Amino acid sequence: MKPTNIKDPEYFHKVVDCQYACPAHTPVPEYIRLIAAGDYTSAYMINWDSNVFPGVLGRTCDRPCEPACRRGRVDEEPVAICRLKRVAADNKNDVKHLMPQGPFKQNGKKIALIGAGPASLTVARDLAPLGYELHLFDEQKKGGGFMRSQIPSFRLPETVLDEEVNYILDLGIHTHFNKYVESMKDVLSKDYDAVFVGTGAPRGRDLPDLPGRKEGAANIHLGINWLGSVAFEHTHKIGKKVIVLGGGNTAMDCCRTARRLGGTHVKVVVRSPFAEMKASPWEKEDAAHEDIPIIDNHVPKSFVVENGKLTGMTFEKVTAVYENGKRKLVPVGGPDVFFEADDVLIAVGQENSFPWIERDLGIEFDKWEMPTVNEKTFVSTNPKVFFGGDSAWGPKNVITAVAHGHQAAVSINNLCQGIDLNKRLDPMVNLVSQKMGIHEWSYDSEVTPDLRYKVRQADKKLTLSNRKKEVELGFNHLEGFKEAERCLNCDVQTVFTETKCIECDACMDVCPTACITFAENKEEEVDLRASLKMPANNKTQDIYVSDVLPTKRVMIKDENVCLHCGLCAERCPTAAWDMQKFFYNVTKTHTGCQKH
Amino acid sequence: MSYVRPTFRHPELPKNKLGYTIDYYEGSLSTLCAGCGHDSISAAIIQGCYEMNIEPHRLAKLSGIGCSSKTPAYFLSNSHGFNSVHGRMPSVATGANMANRDLIYFGVSGDGDTASIGMGQFVHVIRRNLNMVYVVMNNGCYGLTKGQDSATADEGSKNKTGHVNLFESIDLASLAIELGATFVAQSFSGDKAQLVPLVKAAMKHPGFAFINVISPCVTFNNNVGSTKSYDYVREHIEATATMDFVPQMQEISVDYGKGSHKHVKMHDGSIIELHKLSEDWDPLDRQSAMNAVLNAKAKNEILTGLLYVDPDSHDLHHLLQTNDKPLNSLGKADLCPGSEALKEINAGLR
Ligand SMILES: Cc1cc2nc3c(=O)[nH]c(=O)nc-3n(C[C@H](O)[C@H](O)[C@H](O)COP(=O)(O)OP(=O)(O)OC[C@H]3O[C@@H](n4cnc5c(N)ncnc54)[C@H](O)[C@@H]3O)c2cc1C
Ligand SMILES: Cc1ncc(C[n+]2csc(CCOP(=O)(O)OP(=O)(O)O)c2C)c(N)n1
Ligand code: SF4
Ligand code: SF4
Ligand code: SF4
Ligand SMILES: [Mg+2]
Repeated sequence: MKPTNIKDPEYFHKVVDCQYACPAHTPVPEYIRLIAAGDYTSAYMINWDSNVFPGVLGRTCDRPCEPACRRGRVDEEPVAICRLKRVAADNKNDVKHLMPQGPFKQNGKKIALIGAGPASLTVARDLAPLGYELHLFDEQKKGGGFMRSQIPSFRLPETVLDEEVNYILDLGIHTHFNKYVESMKDVLSKDYDAVFVGTGAPRGRDLPDLPGRKEGAANIHLGINWLGSVAFEHTHKIGKKVIVLGGGNTAMDCCRTARRLGGTHVKVVVRSPFAEMKASPWEKEDAAHEDIPIIDNHVPKSFVVENGKLTGMTFEKVTAVYENGKRKLVPVGGPDVFFEADDVLIAVGQENSFPWIERDLGIEFDKWEMPTVNEKTFVSTNPKVFFGGDSAWGPKNVITAVAHGHQAAVSINNLCQGIDLNKRLDPMVNLVSQKMGIHEWSYDSEVTPDLRYKVRQADKKLTLSNRKKEVELGFNHLEGFKEAERCLNCDVQTVFTETKCIECDACMDVCPTACITFAENKEEEVDLRASLKMPANNKTQDIYVSDVLPTKRVMIKDENVCLHCGLCAERCPTAAWDMQKFFYNVTKTHTGCQKH
Repeated sequence: MSYVRPTFRHPELPKNKLGYTIDYYEGSLSTLCAGCGHDSISAAIIQGCYEMNIEPHRLAKLSGIGCSSKTPAYFLSNSHGFNSVHGRMPSVATGANMANRDLIYFGVSGDGDTASIGMGQFVHVIRRNLNMVYVVMNNGCYGLTKGQDSATADEGSKNKTGHVNLFESIDLASLAIELGATFVAQSFSGDKAQLVPLVKAAMKHPGFAFINVISPCVTFNNNVGSTKSYDYVREHIEATATMDFVPQMQEISVDYGKGSHKHVKMHDGSIIELHKLSEDWDPLDRQSAMNAVLNAKAKNEILTGLLYVDPDSHDLHHLLQTNDKPLNSLGKADLCPGSEALKEINAGLR
């Protein structure tokens, strides 16, 4: 194999598993170290720069980073990255003075942002300091999008959301709330230099053809509409017996909300096997904790209505059969199952819908009625119109919407400055030695064996009787510190200089996880991977190959389970290994390598 | 600061026949200088014991004094150990072995510990063919006391201070052959492919098994002009053969009949498989082994690999016809036969 090009920022970026997996590429280990050091404010600001809503995300993020976390490959569970973010948000000092300070000198460009969810808000935050005049439209009475209307208050207190939405609105955004945009043509006819569509995926999927759907309508609700109506205080109660249909996170929020509005016998019924439900494992745990049974392998067959009143539903029992990797739900036979219900909440999926965008504006839609959007620049087929968040490719999550927002903002800025949309600045990177002495590093290199700390919850009696009472209490300072110490500091990179190596093997011998091998090089990567001290079987992780050493061998390091403990560098007599902190900041309108 | 090794290991570590992963054979984190050859030898011992499915409680580590003699702390934490006084490891090993022949005795010494203060004990433990492994971690200096020349430093070799050694060196391998050692090998700390099978074979040898391992002292004797530096050793190394150790029961697939292949059958059925690199050498022939070492030396080469082995070796217990049970397993009746027996003995001496 050819020697690894560590000058390519993407090589070390990939080693920082959590950051790489985060759609917004938040510098996770950097903020975790700051939490351990008790500098919650700086930890918050690193987050705020990357993901805009640290307090919200520290409670609600889908956490793509955690399954990626290296700790999960050597320990039972990954670092509680998400809940550490909340520690920073809860304990920070005043941060407002650390944010861009308006009023900003206007640049004469005017942008419309349709929908005030996380995607649009991110575009607003990134563009405001550059002097754009930003007009934000939403049919709701306040900003936040689904973060406000869908995520229940017992998971995300309104005060936390308000605080972070207001940091953005306070940058001088022109808000137009309670305003549903009915015509894109209309918007385009105004003097906007660009339009960003961040309207989400606002339509809940129904089961229109199920017998009894019409007759029982008064007690059958679409999950997202119902959650929205609870959030905006239009709905205050529900029947005692509730069936929630669906196995995703919306279903989990519906059933838990129902428990708080009077539902005493709430159950979730889902078609698929329990293990294949879309809901995150922790959401399922939380539902179970609130005495909500999840009944899997049941396909809804009909709503049962007696004397004009819904009394329950029938289901067919199925089993999952797998053919060529495809799942089929096959009836097991036997009579249908009946469950009683006073109300049913349908949470079986969401769809995009753009009835307000006319189809003759040069904005192309495909056969599924989805806009054609460039994956890198987020521009539609109309060069002035951009899409991001759930509106671009269907329902995802908040952090993805934020990531889209950053990139769309870069594109809009390029467009307004007359720069090619594809000419984007490189990410900002930095690589600095952490050496302070023979056995001393400026990061805490010791690897604690502690298992993941559990987040404590408030008393169930309290939380079930008040839908606004936050369930999770969050880590206290000590728990936050200890959990932060579990981070392996994967951004502190092992950097090898072959010209210094005397091939004493010390690094190979000391490495606790057998990452390092000195061996003959091989043509093919598969062969080299197989020949290592421990075969590098995890193909998703790179191997780091040096240039040829004096004995004609090369150094090969499998990045997979490196603990970043620094022992290799401590044992190296010639400092051929060094531990160097790698900082990677994704290009945004205000960051990026300016060396072009 | 890292004075403790993290507890995590590679999640896919294979288990040996006893069900242990290799970390079960580790010791505590080394306190030797970064890059010391001795640490590599420790790693080879760990590897060898893991591969040989050694039950750690069946092995005793013995050593004298020196950086080298400290290493038993850095491997096999679950084994017995005795860190004795300078140069006196052989007598402690002899006592332990005489009392309990059921353990594997693994001795570790340095060139100072062996070739200076311990020379008397060394030559006698060879003569007695005590059943033990005796590894010398040979760096040509007294590492622990800051690098003074040792008796194995070559004449003309320069140490870190620029001092040139005036004296002829003691060649431990040829000395061992000369004195009748029944297993003699030489290796280099930087060559695990060779060292691990040597360690494994040595543990199987029923008698005194000596391995002289050149092991650079990275702090005091790794300079230009030293004949024990990483660079010098790598340039002057010459192997008798490439070798592999095949434990008993394992099937042997190579045809040893032709060419320079040779296999040596150990008394328990295991096999040392050799692919000879030098033609006129026969590991079973003491004279040819001696010649090979001397010839190499004359050419300024360091000959490594297995040099000599006598597979029919008889150890000290055999020679003394001692009881075949460990003393601690004998009852009072055996150990203390009573006054009648004593009287008989005394009468026999009159
Ligand atoms: C029940 C539920 C729970 C969820 N929980 C989580 C969670 O815990 N964590 C997570 O990461 N994600 C969660 N999500 C997903 C997340 O809320 C969305 O992916 C995210 O909010 C999408 O952001 P966005 O900016 O694309 O649009 P949205 O947040 O959907 O905002 C779009 C806004 O546009 C407005 N709008 C739409 N059309 C118009 C129009 N024509 N004129 C004016 N305004 C318009 C809407 O009213 C809405 O306010 C959840 C979703 C649901 C349904
Ligand atoms: C009786 C006695 N004399 C002298 C010493 C001092 N001393 C300690 S280690 C050592 C030499 C060790 O050299 P070597 O065996 O080669 O070990 P190395 O440190 O080089 O591995 C000496 C002379 C001692 N500890 N005890
Ligand atoms: S930092 Fe070095 S010694 Fe530690 S696990 Fe990684 S490669 Fe091994
Ligand atoms: S410890 Fe340093 S000098 Fe020794 S082999 Fe490793 S990188 Fe090379
Ligand atoms: S002084 Fe020499 S022998 Fe002792 S630990 Fe250091 S390098 Fe090894
Ligand atoms: Mg020495």
